[in-house]
Amino acid sequence: MKSLIKGVVAGLAFSVAFSGIANAQTIRMGTEGAYPPYNFINDSGEVDGFERELGDELCKRASLTCEWVTNEWDSIIPNLVSGNYDTIIAGMSITEERDKVIDFTQDYFPPSPSLFVALSGGSVDLAGGVIAAQTATIQAGFVSASGATLVEFATPDETIQAVRNGEADAVLADGDYLMPIVDESNGELAVVGQESIGGGIGMGIRESDAELKSRMDKAIGSMKADGTLNTMIKKWFGDDANVF
Amino acid sequence: MLESCADPSSLSGLAWFACYLTTGKHMAFYLSFGTVLLLLVITAPAALLFGFGGALASRSGIAPLRWFGRAYIAMVRGVPEIIFFLFVPLAIDQGFEYLRHKVMCPDWSEPIRQGNDFVVCTAAKLPLNADPQWMHEIYGFLLAILAFAIVYGAFAANTIRGAFDAVPRAQIETAQAFGMTGRQVFWRVHMPQMWVYALPGLSNLWMILTKATPLLFLLGIEDIVFWARELGSMKTRAFAYPHPNWQLWYFLGLLVFYLGLTRVSEMVLARLNAHFSHGQATLAGRGQGGIGR
Repeated sequence: MKSLIKGVVAGLAFSVAFSGIANAQTIRMGTEGAYPPYNFINDSGEVDGFERELGDELCKRASLTCEWVTNEWDSIIPNLVSGNYDTIIAGMSITEERDKVIDFTQDYFPPSPSLFVALSGGSVDLAGGVIAAQTATIQAGFVSASGATLVEFATPDETIQAVRNGEADAVLADGDYLMPIVDESNGELAVVGQESIGGGIGMGIRESDAELKSRMDKAIGSMKADGTLNTMIKKWFGDDANVF
Repeated sequence: MLESCADPSSLSGLAWFACYLTTGKHMAFYLSFGTVLLLLVITAPAALLFGFGGALASRSGIAPLRWFGRAYIAMVRGVPEIIFFLFVPLAIDQGFEYLRHKVMCPDWSEPIRQGNDFVVCTAAKLPLNADPQWMHEIYGFLLAILAFAIVYGAFAANTIRGAFDAVPRAQIETAQAFGMTGRQVFWRVHMPQMWVYALPGLSNLWMILTKATPLLFLLGIEDIVFWARELGSMKTRAFAYPHPNWQLWYFLGLLVFYLGLTRVSEMVLARLNAHFSHGQATLAGRGQGGIGR
């Protein structure tokens, strides 16, 4: 029995060694850790959120061991291509610009609207006012192209602060991030506009890592097929969330 | 975590706070004070060593060494720190991995630079992908110390170079007249007198260094400012302990920490200054029959 197990283990190791990710059974998952409910650091200091649960399930299906690392949003792509971790799973929308630098798996989260949020009660000029957005996001790109004045912040939390303290007239970000904040603000904040920007969210992977990409693609495909992905989306984003 | 903290939503008042302040995340925050102090304690002597080396090199009689010392001081001081910290640790890391790759995987046929990607064989990764997270963190910490030592070393080098030049020529000439060798003059007369001129500049550097640790986040090291920002930011119901933005309180805590650190530093620096001034021909030293005896 023991030798049988040894044989199986050796066989597995062999096949993995040949599959290109030479004995790299451990994959390092890079995320931001500041974008609830997609990803955040929970009260015990661990990465948590929709993408943590999804990533762990994907790794299980692709038979990989996964280690979670956080990296600030600004330098999340440079650190991927430099090899400090192997995937970006951080609510990153698939865009043409990013696709030139890294590869994306198929989307694991369908396109979902972005919202403008401002202090309630006032009138906001969305086309010409001051709009806050996180640096290097599709929303920041949208605002700078729209003619409004863009103020950028390194973290999503600071964009909300900017609206609260009057530095910006409104913030533009993913609706799924903003809605819980608006709901819990006791009427201080309100949704003042909606915009459909960008496609779905995918996992970012180095262009040279085609093997890992196809394994993750397959795992995402299988989660779409058996409905577990939709269940997970509903669990984290509510029953009204867009599903596949 | 305390047992009574199992269900935070049922708690209120002091009990809530007691549980809130002992979450794993807060423990990481408290630990990060240790990380910062440890980093400072290791970086300061390392930077001083770089500074001393740079100063000696830039005053060297050997031309190539002198050029190297001057180039080091001029270049590193001229590069903005945030760019330096984005670029240099990545470059050092890739340099190490490149060397390991050449040694450990000679049969590798694919190029290391593939478009934007930096790809080395799995065995050459530093640390290995499969290594536990704490090894990655220690490695990042060492890279941080090296980067800090290089940057602050360049500033220290210029200060120390100036201090060497500030020692009165008469002191050196007197030592030579006593028949001391060049080495004896340097170790017994020149260097001991140099410190008193270098100390104000070096103490400035130290105070700036104590406040530079937020740059560590660029290297993925979570310092006290990172945790204060993260813990203080508004928490929705996705978290066990929802609260509004409390960053002000966390940063007030940091203020107290930094004021305390400044006070301790000043006390130590004052003692050092008294020590180095003792018997010197300066106003502070009152040694050689100067005013204020």
